[in-house]
Amino acid sequence: MAVVFEPTKGLTDKPFHYCPGCCHGIIHRLLAETLVEQDALETAVGVASVGCTYNSYEYFACDMVQAAHGRAPAVATGIKRNLKDSFVFTYQGDGDLASIGTAEIVHAAARGEKITVIFVNNAVYGMTSGQMAPTTLVGQVTTTSPWGRDPQRQGYPINVSEFLSSLTGAAYIERVAVTDYKNIQNAKKAIKKAFDVQKNGLGFSLVEVLSTCPTNWGKEPLAAMDWLKENMEKQYPLGCYKGQDLVFDENGNYVSGAIPATSGNFVNVGEVK
Amino acid sequence: MIDFSIIFAGFGGQGILSAGKMAAEAALYEGREVSWFPSYGPEMRGGTANCSVVISDSPIGSPVVNDADVVICLNQPSMEKFESQLKPGALMILDSSLIKTRPTRTDIKVIAMEASDIASELGKMMFAPITMIGCMATATGCLSRESFEKSLYEILPERKHNLIPKNMEAFDRGAAFAQ
Amino acid sequence: MAQKRVLMKGNEVIAEAAIRAGCRNYFGYPITPQTEVMHYMAKKMVQVGGNFVQAESEVAAINMVYGAATAGFRTMTSSSSPGISLKQEGISYIAGAELPAVVVNIVRAGPGLGGIQPAQGDYFQATKGGGHGDYRNIVIAPASVQELYELVVEAFNLADKYRMTCMILGDGTLGQMMEPVAFRDEEPIETIEKPWAANGRKGDSFHHTVTSIYIDPDVLERKNLELQEKYQIVEANEVRYEAINMEDAEIVITAFSTCSRICRNVIRQAAELGIKVGMIRPITLWPFPYKAIEEAANMSSVKAFLDVELNAGQMIEDVKLAVSGKKPVYFHGRLGGNLPMQKEILDKIVAIHEGKNIEGGNF
Repeated sequence: MAVVFEPTKGLTDKPFHYCPGCCHGIIHRLLAETLVEQDALETAVGVASVGCTYNSYEYFACDMVQAAHGRAPAVATGIKRNLKDSFVFTYQGDGDLASIGTAEIVHAAARGEKITVIFVNNAVYGMTSGQMAPTTLVGQVTTTSPWGRDPQRQGYPINVSEFLSSLTGAAYIERVAVTDYKNIQNAKKAIKKAFDVQKNGLGFSLVEVLSTCPTNWGKEPLAAMDWLKENMEKQYPLGCYKGQDLVFDENGNYVSGAIPATSGNFVNVGEVK
Repeated sequence: MIDFSIIFAGFGGQGILSAGKMAAEAALYEGREVSWFPSYGPEMRGGTANCSVVISDSPIGSPVVNDADVVICLNQPSMEKFESQLKPGALMILDSSLIKTRPTRTDIKVIAMEASDIASELGKMMFAPITMIGCMATATGCLSRESFEKSLYEILPERKHNLIPKNMEAFDRGAAFAQ
Repeated sequence: MAQKRVLMKGNEVIAEAAIRAGCRNYFGYPITPQTEVMHYMAKKMVQVGGNFVQAESEVAAINMVYGAATAGFRTMTSSSSPGISLKQEGISYIAGAELPAVVVNIVRAGPGLGGIQPAQGDYFQATKGGGHGDYRNIVIAPASVQELYELVVEAFNLADKYRMTCMILGDGTLGQMMEPVAFRDEEPIETIEKPWAANGRKGDSFHHTVTSIYIDPDVLERKNLELQEKYQIVEANEVRYEAINMEDAEIVITAFSTCSRICRNVIRQAAELGIKVGMIRPITLWPFPYKAIEEAANMSSVKAFLDVELNAGQMIEDVKLAVSGKKPVYFHGRLGGNLPMQKEILDKIVAIHEGKNIEGGNF
């Protein structure tokens, strides 16, 4: 009998603890499939962060490290600098990456650290029960913005992909969603491209995945998908923000496109002592 | 010799810290125990600079000196600051080219020498503290001329060995003040 | 075989020793008075094919250490007091995840930004935890540049052996001073297998995970008890101290690192006055040499203890625990980055010897 669908070897047998309708399951699977398809399961090292995905180190079947809140890019730096031929990734949420971990993500990107960041943006803190995140939309009700995010008191959302793409060290940055079949296929392609960027040592890569949080948004899973499309995609337009012209051959080898190494502005100051 | 302690003090840029290092290297060359401890922090960028050097035939206690056997002073504020940090009977060598007054203590020996004038005759201001090392070595016997010279050959890169005779000339000019 | 002695700065010796110990990962952030460690590493690490990263913060630096350690590589960071406070998060995670790491603290005076001159005010932070949770770090306090070299090499062995942070606690004096150091031709590197490292499955039937999170209280309790068992083994095996002049000592000084050096001179000066002063110098501050001090307290010749520190009295709490009320324990400390003059300490010894009431001793 033909196999139509089966679990990926990129994930362990451990059942997910995620809420019904949460997108982490889809995103985990896309990343895990990529590890298997790229034959990276035996060498890759992933870094889990703090938030709903704190336990993701038990789900991915490659070697996994649990990092402190926001510090995953620094931990990944320490790993990647030693394991130069291994695929090293972080898996971070919006509170982790865009709030407590802003310094780490900005500087990992600025250094052109050859790591891949899977950044899951659901506009809310999930695990700690629905507080306002840096990515919470203006007007969005959360447990710490009970009357809706008020820009006068709580400022504005951070568009992570847009601002990181201004850094020279960032080679590839794309925002995707997993709301339907087409978007899921695009997300998979983006993860694969980030993998190739790292494999070719081109620089820092990040895939921002818009995600739902039905539990903390107080919505049914399908309604949450609709809410994402109607609201989040307005604030966070899908698309490639850096490295759009990067081209790889069928073996994943770099063919053409702008990379940080060619765009540097070098000055020659000082004598080596 | 147990914990023979020297303080070098002056302005940043007078070669105070490197003169201290040269004295320490000479002591090391003699096979002695030695420590060198600099003042550090914002004062190293302009302002005053000083370092303590301790030479001993047994393991050194404190590298930080507050009762010195010798104080080498290259400016007025240093003389005022370190006058109180000499043991009774100890020696202060001061650069009379730059210091116009004299210590008030009567229980210490003072040698005043025109170190900076000699240094400018020799062509480099950094020779000033070296003349004073020459004076100290001769007056106290804490270092030998030979080990000072030989250690310079060891620590300086070959391309700078041509400077050593000038350094020794400075040393000898200073030694004359110890008589 | 020992090589010829060379004159080197303490901070540079730390870096050189680490490289000799096989450390190929340095992550740091500039702060006075330890910056020379970083300067030396910036140059040398690249020459030996290692990793040097000037991190965006102390927090990032310690987490890079965490990363390199999880992959199974010898790694270190160095800083000074305010920077070490920032690193405490990572040090706690390193304890929880049981990773080997070397952290150097060239202590300066606090609290807050404080000053940049030598101090020992981080004793509590170093020996009693520092970050959150029930954990310990091995804390080593060298007193000379030669000892600094040997103990930094040893710190990497201990870190690997016990899978924990080994902290070198120095101060501005030790970091900034130059002294002769004789390097060995070959370092006594203990190669310890790291089957737990997350550096790729490489054919293993399971994936390696490095974590400090255990949500189930029973599992976490078990984990913590394992940690405590490990710490007991360290306490049983790794206590180091130096006993100086202890035979027939009447007054026993307790002092570590720089302070102990000043006290060595005082011991000699006291002997000239006919006062027999000995010293117990803890080399490991954790595990602490309680037993050696307890034995000194039991000596009939010993009349009193004088604890000398560059703080308001921190190690004295451990000294008092060990003395356990058997003999009076006096204190002499200096704050703000000042070092005690030998005469101050000698005066206090004379006063104790004469039986004057110096009220437990303040400053």
